[in-house]
Amino acid sequence: MPFRLSMQDVVVTFGEARVLDGASLQVEPGEVHALLGENGAGKSTLLKALSGLVPMQRGRIELDGQPFRPKGPLDAARCGIAVIHQELSVVPHLEVADAIALSRHRSRFLLVDRRARDGAARAALELVARVDVPLRARVQSLSQAQRQIVEIARALQQDARLVVMDEPTSSLGKDDVERLFVVLDRLRERGIAVVYVSHFLAEVRRAASTATVLRDGRTVFRGSLTEVDDDGLVRHMAGRELEVRFERPASERKLGPVVLEVRDLCAQPLPRSVSFDLHEGEIFGIGGLCGAGRTELVEALFSLRPVTLGSIRVRGREVEPAPSARWRERLGMVVEDRKLEGLALSQSIASNVALPSLFRIGRRGFCADRELVALAEGPCARLQVKCSSLLQPVGELSGGNQQKVAFARLLAADSRVLLLDEPTRGIDVHSRAMLYRTIHELAENGAAILVVSSQLPELLSLCDRIAVMRGGRLTPPRSTAEWTQESLLAEALQSASTDEVEA
Amino acid sequence: MKSSWRRSWSSLLPLLALVLLVLAIGTARPTFLSVLSLQTMAMQSVFVALPALGMTFVVIAGGIDISIGSVVALTAVLSAYLVRDGASPLVATGAAVFFGALFGFGNALLVTSLRVAPFLVTLGTMGIARGLAKWLADDQKIDADPGFLSEFVRAVPSSPYLLFGPSVWLLLVALCCTAVLLRRTVFGLHVVAVGSNAANARLCGVRVERTLLFVYALCGLCAGIVGALQFGELGCGVPTAGAGLELQVIAAVVIGGASLSGGEGSLLGAVLGALLTVVLKAGCTQLGIADHWQDVLIGAVIVVAVALDRWRHR
Repeated sequence: MPFRLSMQDVVVTFGEARVLDGASLQVEPGEVHALLGENGAGKSTLLKALSGLVPMQRGRIELDGQPFRPKGPLDAARCGIAVIHQELSVVPHLEVADAIALSRHRSRFLLVDRRARDGAARAALELVARVDVPLRARVQSLSQAQRQIVEIARALQQDARLVVMDEPTSSLGKDDVERLFVVLDRLRERGIAVVYVSHFLAEVRRAASTATVLRDGRTVFRGSLTEVDDDGLVRHMAGRELEVRFERPASERKLGPVVLEVRDLCAQPLPRSVSFDLHEGEIFGIGGLCGAGRTELVEALFSLRPVTLGSIRVRGREVEPAPSARWRERLGMVVEDRKLEGLALSQSIASNVALPSLFRIGRRGFCADRELVALAEGPCARLQVKCSSLLQPVGELSGGNQQKVAFARLLAADSRVLLLDEPTRGIDVHSRAMLYRTIHELAENGAAILVVSSQLPELLSLCDRIAVMRGGRLTPPRSTAEWTQESLLAEALQSASTDEVEA
Repeated sequence: MKSSWRRSWSSLLPLLALVLLVLAIGTARPTFLSVLSLQTMAMQSVFVALPALGMTFVVIAGGIDISIGSVVALTAVLSAYLVRDGASPLVATGAAVFFGALFGFGNALLVTSLRVAPFLVTLGTMGIARGLAKWLADDQKIDADPGFLSEFVRAVPSSPYLLFGPSVWLLLVALCCTAVLLRRTVFGLHVVAVGSNAANARLCGVRVERTLLFVYALCGLCAGIVGALQFGELGCGVPTAGAGLELQVIAAVVIGGASLSGGEGSLLGAVLGALLTVVLKAGCTQLGIADHWQDVLIGAVIVVAVALDRWRHR
């Protein structure tokens, strides 16, 4: 029997970075197949390649033995591939019945035949699950679990042969997770192939029979889940090599006094009660999965997200909760998504770098390009930002140089506490090495640095202490020597699902 | 590099278009280039260019204010009302300016606290201002002697050495002041930062809400000045005046090179854009082109300007 889906030797590159490098994925009809891998291993890119959202440089996709080259999500859907995203619904504003029967509307005298539509929708829903989903409710008013069922019913109505579920349980309660497993059984009975993406190993074992593990854009394991235990899976997922080795000097750094003291910090919806101390001269790493609340934590620390409970003390004092006050206290932050939130792409390098430091320019609020350039010059030279002039718009630079500009801000503001959220995501090797070296130098000179990263080797090579975030909570930090890639990953994965259920 | 070339070249476009237009109409109708005609057009353009300065700030900050036409009417009626009740024209002018700024402040409060799109907020306040103006004037016009204000908006200056009427000079002073404010102060940089990427501005410690308060207040202030000038020109406060002015002002700002998605705009460009619309209208009248074709022409100019804006950002 041919595979329902066979992707082979898939190569996808984004600019300088090779995100998929010969990945493969094979799923049989009537099989629930788990797709596993760390953050950034290439799972979502592989799925995007499947639905035609990103172009493949190389590789072959076959559906039931037929070559398949999707031109886009619509084309993929027409060929029977249904992708069910974690939280997004495709049609939030429609009524349930319309959402399900959208592609099958029959009309009588130009009007939608409502009875036929409701019948079709009900039939599709019953195939999936015997749960009450009101046909006339709007999709956006439904619970997460109901929405998922609507999406699956929609997929079946469109004769899906392959259903892709991207972290389907991430927002479900315990009962709904059980219900989802029943739905999966039904799909299996009908001979539909399912690709099931999840981080939670216990859940994966319950749902799927076979698995593919991706690492660094390659498929490193494919086989039955009975052949391999959890430790084996984790070993396959981890064991990642950093393309830039940052060799830490052997000598231990001397830690200074506590400069950032966080106690029982809570914000909506995450984090939930986080406490830690950050010392001068220390690089403190926070690992964990996407969605564990790491970004929310640094946002709360920098007053970009209101704190609901708990305290943040900078050098022993409470600080006014505003980003401007943070900069004045010589805190600085690099956000995760530089294009969306981290930079003003249409503005010049100089104004981007100088923006948080403008309060230092005296002269009664007057300033000109000259002053901005003067502020930006030193930091940009130190980080070797490649540009034609400091008045060039940031948007014209490469990703690595853009990130350097976001980082140069902290140097211009002379920040002593640096909050870095995924500081090297998606940038080239040289820029990465440059940032590592600079971070290290800053710590040597007594700056306190918090690094959030999904790249385990980065955490292990850069940080003095590492803690893992899981379900909005922080595990007790341990010295880097006590961690390995495997233990970090196991800590992040372990009982993540039970945390979710408790909540 | 290519994009910066496009940017600098297209910032000269409004000026180029203006010069070509004046020369073209001037060759067809030499009277168009007479001193009186030029003085009149310069004076008329003040009514569009002055609010366009404030609007440029709003548009650069990523917002829009469509209430200013009504605010002009409201402040014109207010100043006429005060003068009729015995206040001096100077006090009335001060009140108009203050009230215009206050109205802009209110717009900004609604925009920042309700987190509703500024277009919708100012659509509402546009109606409110118009209604208040009608209420204040009792659905009629308020006749009063504008005193020095009527002198101020005369096209022909009292002394020939001035070349243009006082209001034109007021516009030039305002242009210089706002240009310094936008390009040479921390506040100006904050305005650009907010419009370019509000999340990034917040990250960098810019107080986004406060910046927007000042920006909308500045826009309202400009409308207030124009309200007083309009009272001076008409010699009465007319609650229905200034209808559609907001669209002409926005057109001037866009023709001048501002991007409605924020972060970009030129004060000089906005003034040139205002001149362009006024010259186009006056020229059409001189050439005997019917009123409705003038609307079509100006509409076409706006479409071309917006198309150029897209081209510049490609």
